[in-house]
Amino acid sequence: MTYCHTQVARAIEDHAMLQPGQRCLVAVSGGKDSLALWAILLELGYQADGLYIGLGIGGYSGPSAEYVRRFAEQRSVRLTEVDLPGDHGFDVRSGAAADGRAPCSACGLSKRHIFDRSALEGGYDVVATGHNLDDEAAVLLGNVLHWDLGFMARQRPMLPGGGGFPCKVKPLVRLSERETAAYCIVRGIDYQVEECPMAAGNRHLGYKDALNAIEERSPGTKASFYSGFLARASELVSHVAEEERAGLHPCTNCGAPTTASLCAFCRLVKRSAAKSQQGAGGRETVPVEAGAP
Amino acid sequence: MKVLLRNPKREVEIPGPMGATPLVRRFGYTREAVLVIVDGTLVTGDATVPDTAEVEIRPVVSGGSQ
Repeated sequence: MTYCHTQVARAIEDHAMLQPGQRCLVAVSGGKDSLALWAILLELGYQADGLYIGLGIGGYSGPSAEYVRRFAEQRSVRLTEVDLPGDHGFDVRSGAAADGRAPCSACGLSKRHIFDRSALEGGYDVVATGHNLDDEAAVLLGNVLHWDLGFMARQRPMLPGGGGFPCKVKPLVRLSERETAAYCIVRGIDYQVEECPMAAGNRHLGYKDALNAIEERSPGTKASFYSGFLARASELVSHVAEEERAGLHPCTNCGAPTTASLCAFCRLVKRSAAKSQQGAGGRETVPVEAGAP
Repeated sequence: MKVLLRNPKREVEIPGPMGATPLVRRFGYTREAVLVIVDGTLVTGDATVPDTAEVEIRPVVSGGSQ
């Protein structure tokens, strides 16, 4: 436990993530990483509230929410909940279908938008997410394989706020998935162990498998890969992020930064609503009996 | 020993004793991808799992795209 606290404290200090007294909004999903993060930040004395987003994934979102609520109740900490279907009219599956996206893309887009808006509207200084070393190494591998400089430029443990974005931090980047899971088990933190049913086949899981196979043969590779990128390469591509930010302006609907008239989230909401209306009031589907001509 | 596996959740019986690392590899996992919990206690890779134990091999890899 001390090791995990030390690593998070070091990440916070090395990357100027959080100052004492700042208000932090922790993105919590009910999984091991976000609950470990919330627990560690509270242990380290930070003022950390939680935000949970119900994604409407049947058989999964319900239990995930219960883990988060139980965590918050046991520690008497503030938890805010947003329900994607109830508050925005779509769930991950229907939103993805309406917008022509993979479910993980619709999920990530929605979560990022809602976390950002909630942090800014709630007056939080920082949004903290539970991305760990394995997550960052896998994303970096994907970005390198495709030479996506834009994504690489934004792949920092601390992204400063401004231009319609809150400050975003990843305090778990020095910890592996095994370490965050072990922390939860040792601390008696119950979390959602089952994998999201919509994540099957996701290419980042494939990158993680590849990196784990390399790590077995060469321990320390993941840490070296990611920390080496931060130390030697991230500055070389940082200008790409700055150029992208300069080209953003407020969404005409919600004010979130975007390159288009409507931001990606508002477009997704609009398309989902249109698809729902089409399904409800459009061409009527006539059930056909088996064997009928 | 009774072994609880996940994704999908299922139980299998295999004879013991067995080392934690060989046990993990028997089910096709790398050590990086799982934790081993024996009779409710987290164990390291060099632990020996007794024949009578209830073991959970818990995957730790999670997440979709960011």
